[in-house]
Amino acid sequence: MIVMPPPDAAVLARRGEIVAALRGIVPGEGVVDAEIGRRAFECDALTAYRQLPMVVVLPETKAQVVEVLRYCSANRIKVVPRGAGTSLSGGALPLADAVLLGMSKFNRIVAIDAANRCAVVQPGVTNLAVTQAAQPLGLYYAPDPSSQIACTIGGNVAENSGGVHCLKYGLTTNNVIGVELVTMEGEIVQLGGKHFDAAGYDLLGVVVGSEGMLGVVTEVVVRLLPTPPGARALLVGFPGIEGAADCVAAIIAAGIIPGGMEMMDRLAIQAAEDFVHAGYPLDVDALLIVELDGCEAEVDHLVAAVEGIARTNGATTCRVSRTEAERLLFWAGRKAAFPAVGRISPDYLCMDGTIPRKRIGEVLLRMKEMEKKFGLRCANVFHAGDGNLHPLILYDANQPGELDRAEGFGQDILRLCVEVGGVLTGEHGVGVEKRDLMGAMFNESDLNQQQRLKCAFDEDSLLNPGKVFPQLCRCAELGRVHVHGGKLRFPDLPRF
Amino acid sequence: MTQFQPKDAGEAAETILWAGSERKSLEIRAGGSKGGLGRPMRADHVLDVSRLAGVVDYEPAELVLTARPGTPLKDIAALLAERGQMLSFEPPDWRDLLQGGGEPTLGGTLACNLSGPRRLRAGAARDFFLGFAGVNGRGEIFKAGGKVVKNVTGYDLCKLMAGSFGTLALLTEVTIKVMPRPETACTLLLPGLADEAAVALMAGALNSPHEVSAAAHLPAIPARRLGFADSALTALRLEGPAPSIAFRAAALQLLFGSGPRLDAPASEAFWRKIGEVATLLSLTGRVVWRLCPTPAAAPALVAAILERSPSAEHFYDWAGGLVWLSLDAAEAGPDAGAALVRTALKPLGGHATLVVASEEIREKVEPFEPEAPALSALTRKVKQGFDPYGALNPGRMREGA
Repeated sequence: MIVMPPPDAAVLARRGEIVAALRGIVPGEGVVDAEIGRRAFECDALTAYRQLPMVVVLPETKAQVVEVLRYCSANRIKVVPRGAGTSLSGGALPLADAVLLGMSKFNRIVAIDAANRCAVVQPGVTNLAVTQAAQPLGLYYAPDPSSQIACTIGGNVAENSGGVHCLKYGLTTNNVIGVELVTMEGEIVQLGGKHFDAAGYDLLGVVVGSEGMLGVVTEVVVRLLPTPPGARALLVGFPGIEGAADCVAAIIAAGIIPGGMEMMDRLAIQAAEDFVHAGYPLDVDALLIVELDGCEAEVDHLVAAVEGIARTNGATTCRVSRTEAERLLFWAGRKAAFPAVGRISPDYLCMDGTIPRKRIGEVLLRMKEMEKKFGLRCANVFHAGDGNLHPLILYDANQPGELDRAEGFGQDILRLCVEVGGVLTGEHGVGVEKRDLMGAMFNESDLNQQQRLKCAFDEDSLLNPGKVFPQLCRCAELGRVHVHGGKLRFPDLPRF
Repeated sequence: MTQFQPKDAGEAAETILWAGSERKSLEIRAGGSKGGLGRPMRADHVLDVSRLAGVVDYEPAELVLTARPGTPLKDIAALLAERGQMLSFEPPDWRDLLQGGGEPTLGGTLACNLSGPRRLRAGAARDFFLGFAGVNGRGEIFKAGGKVVKNVTGYDLCKLMAGSFGTLALLTEVTIKVMPRPETACTLLLPGLADEAAVALMAGALNSPHEVSAAAHLPAIPARRLGFADSALTALRLEGPAPSIAFRAAALQLLFGSGPRLDAPASEAFWRKIGEVATLLSLTGRVVWRLCPTPAAAPALVAAILERSPSAEHFYDWAGGLVWLSLDAAEAGPDAGAALVRTALKPLGGHATLVVASEEIREKVEPFEPEAPALSALTRKVKQGFDPYGALNPGRMREGA
């Protein structure tokens, strides 16, 4: 288990006073003090980790957010921001001595601005609600994490969320063009807006994906795109993983960027088919769903091209959706893959590494060996287009030691991702879950430089501490200016 | 002044460590094609990274390329073209605009976050910047990001490097996402529209499902400079497989009326000129501004400026999200029109950069949009966190950064 920083006894001792002060800023039910109320916030979607927050604050206005942060900053009280709590990496895990700042009441769509192809929304608006509001104008918001009915835009900004359409349409960072941010000190900063690009340092670019550690977002401007006029999906089965991986590489090498390209392994196919009866072939080791979107002429053209590539790469089945209902059925199995796996196992851990696609065969093979080593099963669903793996490790939390084994398995998978040239997380974030693995990917000077950025925004490390970095930030030490005074070896430096 | 030419990241780090400890500053230079951008620098020495060049790794099927920053952009483009790929953000060549010669490099392009016409659809240079190794102002080698197309591990420092003009760290190796070249392209030209109508039309075209990959509007003067008849031109580019383009072009013409059509080679030349800017505007005796306003507000912004500066010339790219403006230097006055441009822009949202002006003017007038106090404080703290001694490109963007 990952250990969180020890609570500050002095802050805990002042709990009553802190609650009273917060009530002075956010009236009524906006401050949740009773344990039963706080219990609802004790974890996010990484349910293996739970912690009752010291107090929960649910502000309704920007002014309240500013005041809460000013108060906490002045009194050196930690703050953990939270959206809908759907993080799979524990990004919104509370701390025993911290205020949990829930942004759910910021749930208003401020404007759908078709002339500027964007929407202005508050951070507590759900991802899907943005698309629903834009739909009457033929527009939508492209990033679509699988939690999109529940997850909020504010959380998407914090985690730089992805989804199945990232390869073609990008992650959150490529689709958010402005935020209003309140810093830990309570300063309001506008980053970006409805215009293109930054006037100075691209601080918007670092706030997206900063896991709630640089500031609290109070408004977001997102890019809207025209809804593709049509889409068709291909369901392609292969006798081996290698054939499927080669097929993916060949599609991209042919210059085709599908709207979505997903792969599932045998266990995931079986679980999904048993659950939703999507008509998946059960005699294959790997299944690809390739979705092509655009105008009819383009989709027809690309479907024919992908069919040809699939055959060349040894596909044993290849079905093309003929109707919209059939396309959605092809997807239904994939979209239900996580709950489907939930049906065959009491618990599962969902991992999220990215690898260079050419290493997929080897990585899956080594995961099979790990299954034996840890005595646990692993199902794989995979954003194949961009190399983002989602191994689902099946375990039973009620069996002593199984969670630890599952975590060990997950960590070995992520180390393997880094070893083959990939990264620890493609879209779920580091959070608590992968915090202590950061050293597998980054050395001390890499992490120090990241933390110096954190220090520029939050010098006292009060905002969401204990996440992302294996060691707490030491801003004073990191910022120290060393004077070398010519003692080093530079007499003949101009030689090169 | 010494010119350092490190051969690797280690030597670069040693140079920067030395500069920091001696309180000397360094001007980072690669191909030297963008020296005239931003505030003039008074650095003690030059850190020339032209030896940090060459492609390290290119995996077409992974859509990933890793190279050293001094690699000429033309070499990258040629290599990608061999495999039917490209830099999707369409980096423009500003040599004729800046009139300083040199050779555009990958590192310089990323450091300035330079993007061309496809930016409005595909994203900017920053959106394709996946990872890097570099040296901070303390002389420490560090890395960030990764070498895969999808990654959220740690803060996205690539975004911070893009557009920081070498003021935060020296890049020693960069990894970018590359994309397939569209099979073919064409451009529809719609003549005779006034600015307001043209910007509205471009927004409508972009909101249509017909995947317009670039949208520009040229008033009569820049249109004539490109060799077209004496009438305003609104241009919409379509890219993709041939049958798709045929369908979409027909659909757009049904929506917006028909006009001349540029085939793939003519289309390529047209958009290259739009990105390069130089042929479209008067440059002699002029100052040139690059405005990024709220797109729909662009025509009102231009009208406000033209009212006060009647000899101004302008055109729109990015469907109004980018306005290039050339002002007569004498008419613009000693501040190069900064007060006029920025006062008009401020209430509409966006930012303005003074791109072409004499060194004296760029010394006096902030070339980059001044920042509000809270933002400015953050900028300084970020700079401090990367380059506490002010060793790298001192004052290139603004005082102290």
